[in-house]
Amino acid sequence: MFVGRVVGEVWSTRKDESLEGLRLLLVDPLDLPEKQGTERAGLVVAADPLGAGFGEEVVIAYGRAGRVAIGRGHDIAVEAAVVGIVDDRDTGNGSELC
Amino acid sequence: MLLGKVVGNVWATKKDESLEGLRFLLINPFRLDRARSTEVVVAADPIGAGVGETVIVAFGRAARHAIGRGQDVGYQVAVVGIVDQLSIEGGEPLEL
Repeated sequence: MFVGRVVGEVWSTRKDESLEGLRLLLVDPLDLPEKQGTERAGLVVAADPLGAGFGEEVVIAYGRAGRVAIGRGHDIAVEAAVVGIVDDRDTGNGSELC
Repeated sequence: MLLGKVVGNVWATKKDESLEGLRFLLINPFRLDRARSTEVVVAADPIGAGVGETVIVAFGRAARHAIGRGQDVGYQVAVVGIVDQLSIEGGEPLEL
């Protein structure tokens, strides 16, 4: 799982039918500042059953865990899902995620 | 899952027999700063995307579900949707 910021939304008409009615968000994974400028993880597309908004930070789960959050069983074409919307966080050493 | 642009096709004659008849695309993952990423992934495409289109790509079980040949097959990445519209940072949706 990782924490990321919601940066966009994606709409698709031609898609696997198991994606019908699911909201799909673009999420930018957060990194520690010392990793900035190095190779960054790319954007992730995640299904969102919780209703996260632009700019909110979310917890993303992959695979089976992500599909549990969607609640449509495991025979669906989803592999990443929003499982939580972050209220607050603390990295413990004063370092900020960005 | 990731978002990417279709940049090419891949053909292979000698391959695992579970790949027979499938179409394979080369996909360049999308980055927030619109800079071109150097990474390229190969994805099976049951939807029918063309070069230049933006697609949603899934991995693992989700990808094998989209292909519909069961889970005992020799691929792990598939196109699961073709993107019509994209909104970044709460802006107006962009038609693709």
